[in-house]
Amino acid sequence: MSKTFVIDGKVIPFEEGQTIIQAATAAGVYIPHLCHNPKFTPHGSCKLCTVKVNGRNCSACTFPAAEGQTVTNITQELNDDREKITQMLFVEGNHFCPSCEKTGNCNLQAVAYHLGMTDNHFPHFFENREVDASHPDVMIDHNRCIFCTLCVRASQQEDGKNVFAISGRGLEKRLVVNSESGLLKDSDLDVNDCAAHICPTGAILIKRTGYKVPIGQRIFDHAHIDTVALAAEGASHDE
Amino acid sequence: MQQFIEQLAQENEFKPTRLLKILRAVQAKYLHIPKEAIEQLASLLSIPRTQIQNVVEFYSFFHSQPRGKYDILISSSITDLMVGQEELINYFSEKLGVEIGEVRADGVVSLNNTSCTGMCDQSLAGLVNGYAITKLTKSRIDEIVENVNKQLPLENWSRDLFDVQDNIIKPDLLLNQKPTHGEAINSTFERGLKETLDEVEKSGLRGRGGAGYTTAWKWKFCSEDEGICDVSAHQQKQRYIVCNADEGEPGTFKDRVLLNSYADSVFEGMTVAAAIVGATQGFIYLRGEYLHLYEKLEGILKARRDANLLGKNILQHGFDFDIEICLGAGAYICGEESALIESLEGKAGIPRNRPPYPVTSGYLGKPTSVNNVETFLAAANIAVHGGEWFANLGTAKSKGTKILSISGDCAKAGIYEYAFGTTIQTILNDCGATDVLGVQVGGPSGTFIANDEFERKIAFEDLATGGSFIVFNNSRNILDIVHNFSHFFAHESCGFCTPCRVGTSLLKKQVDKIVEGHGSAGDIVALEELCQIIKNYSHCGLGQTAANPVLTTLERYPELYQSMLKKISYEPGFDLDKSLETARRMAHRDDAHAHLAQVED
Repeated sequence: MSKTFVIDGKVIPFEEGQTIIQAATAAGVYIPHLCHNPKFTPHGSCKLCTVKVNGRNCSACTFPAAEGQTVTNITQELNDDREKITQMLFVEGNHFCPSCEKTGNCNLQAVAYHLGMTDNHFPHFFENREVDASHPDVMIDHNRCIFCTLCVRASQQEDGKNVFAISGRGLEKRLVVNSESGLLKDSDLDVNDCAAHICPTGAILIKRTGYKVPIGQRIFDHAHIDTVALAAEGASHDE
Repeated sequence: MQQFIEQLAQENEFKPTRLLKILRAVQAKYLHIPKEAIEQLASLLSIPRTQIQNVVEFYSFFHSQPRGKYDILISSSITDLMVGQEELINYFSEKLGVEIGEVRADGVVSLNNTSCTGMCDQSLAGLVNGYAITKLTKSRIDEIVENVNKQLPLENWSRDLFDVQDNIIKPDLLLNQKPTHGEAINSTFERGLKETLDEVEKSGLRGRGGAGYTTAWKWKFCSEDEGICDVSAHQQKQRYIVCNADEGEPGTFKDRVLLNSYADSVFEGMTVAAAIVGATQGFIYLRGEYLHLYEKLEGILKARRDANLLGKNILQHGFDFDIEICLGAGAYICGEESALIESLEGKAGIPRNRPPYPVTSGYLGKPTSVNNVETFLAAANIAVHGGEWFANLGTAKSKGTKILSISGDCAKAGIYEYAFGTTIQTILNDCGATDVLGVQVGGPSGTFIANDEFERKIAFEDLATGGSFIVFNNSRNILDIVHNFSHFFAHESCGFCTPCRVGTSLLKKQVDKIVEGHGSAGDIVALEELCQIIKNYSHCGLGQTAANPVLTTLERYPELYQSMLKKISYEPGFDLDKSLETARRMAHRDDAHAHLAQVED
């Protein structure tokens, strides 16, 4: 008899060592998230996956599942707050969905739609952020980076390299490249690296591919992020 | 430079954990961390250059661009503002001929603000090349300016500028004890380790940093799954004892005094803890602002080694333990225990995900007990006098005494020790505070209490505090206080999680908007809503308490906030005229507000 806990009234089986989000995904329950990807060590920074565990807020991507936990995931309060956290990400960077080539394939945008976000709510920061187009095949648009560290982790854990890192404190935080010049062209990033494809926003893009799939035929044009995430991430848990 | 760095790395045994120490030396010599130094260190220490870059950018005392030969930082804590910080730093800036935040053209001097330096009882305070300077007045500033312009070496400056007073005003149970030189260690082994842990449990001692976790439990968890209190079993697995002396909460300075005058007892408390949990190595994480204590503490450690109070086979009890001092580099967040551990490992101080807790996986993944300076002081004395001695004082849930750092509008700022359960009114009477508006208990992350609440008590179950106690009289404006604290948190947020990184900056802007008189009807609701997100969703204690200054004052003085609002229904969050500044500059125009006139036409 496997151990179980409850999310929003549904009984979820889990194995010792699984986090709440791992068990939930395997059981077909979607918990909104951005910095989490089941392939990599959880980071716990975006805070979108915050759920109430026995009444206390916890990040589902890092918090271990335990026998008898009562977890609330989908409530008006949690989703309203997740929307505000998403809005924080939108005003911190410079996100212009209509002119971004990632539109329709972007997790940040898709989560925002999922949560019913219709405006940015908070005043914009309008930070000056740079673009690194030095690499022949891959570019970084820092305007769209949300510091989820997926590229950092993918490079280390999947590609066996160490191309990216996050540097700086507080609002000064930024994505940096591990090369003497600090430019992407001088790093050992290859266009086929997992790190080049993992970005949940449009911060790391593959050059000359932006409009190969026309708008209208993109991932989230026809499916909600909950369905897409469960299909992709649930499958990878089953492996 | 290459040779200097090579040697530095060698002296530090090429250990990445010594990165902060190495970088402090590089910063001191080259006034910044040159790119070439980062490259060279990356290869010498076998760590990615990005880790070093991150450390340089994370800590306030490291710089990518050269600072002045004399780098002067002025504390901008609320208690500094209360003695005219703004006027004095401007005076300083004018006399030195350097803008705040800048380096003078000749490279001789740089000037900037810094977070509270832990000298609130002798404000205005600051740092020169990392060394504390106190009681700054215009005449003392004149003296410093003269020294700088003559390029007089720091060691030839008048010692009086660097004078740091203990100001112990009201000692009680702990502060009346003489420093221990082996008594606590001997009592511990004579009584037995297990029995001593029982005494610590009986004493009811809880963490003195403010969070109040039961000390005996922390030590128990740290030594679990192996024979607790069994010296021979302990030697099998590495464990660590860490003393948290990163006293960064604005308004607190008691650890500075404890380390200046009671260091032997603190070190002995660490030694007792090490014997109990089975650690052979200890660290004291000393905040960078207390550089002036470093040499003195090194001397005390050496004397203790010479007396066999540290080192191998301590006092013939068959137990080894030593302590290393690690200096911080200007980051409030490192007071959070898991951020502190990251910093000890030579990384940016970003709080870890929990579980696992440091007691099971701390420094280098090994069980680590992080305790406050005052906790160790109490533990050493409990080891000597027993648990009951301590538990006789205090309340049912908060045993013993609490050492407070009292500053602000009172006749006698300094160190006071009180049994838990003492009322605020008693404390205010003792420190000579009159016409009081309110008290900030526990620093910005604590609670602001109004003058109808002075019967409340210092206790974990009422007003918990790490020791900061700032008094404000009726001449002070609450919103100025909130403004200062909001800026502090935005500056000190590590930036790891969204609610704190973005939220504290949004909060700062929202407070500015209201304080500067641009607030309108919906802004108080928006303010409160933002506070709740930061409080409920942040990753660590910094974020979870960053909204307290607003929340605790909004609850008590809603009418004060309301009175700041404009009578119109909506005011945008940005300043239209300011936003057009760049456009104006590009068009070579200097007619600010011109567009506003056009709108009205």
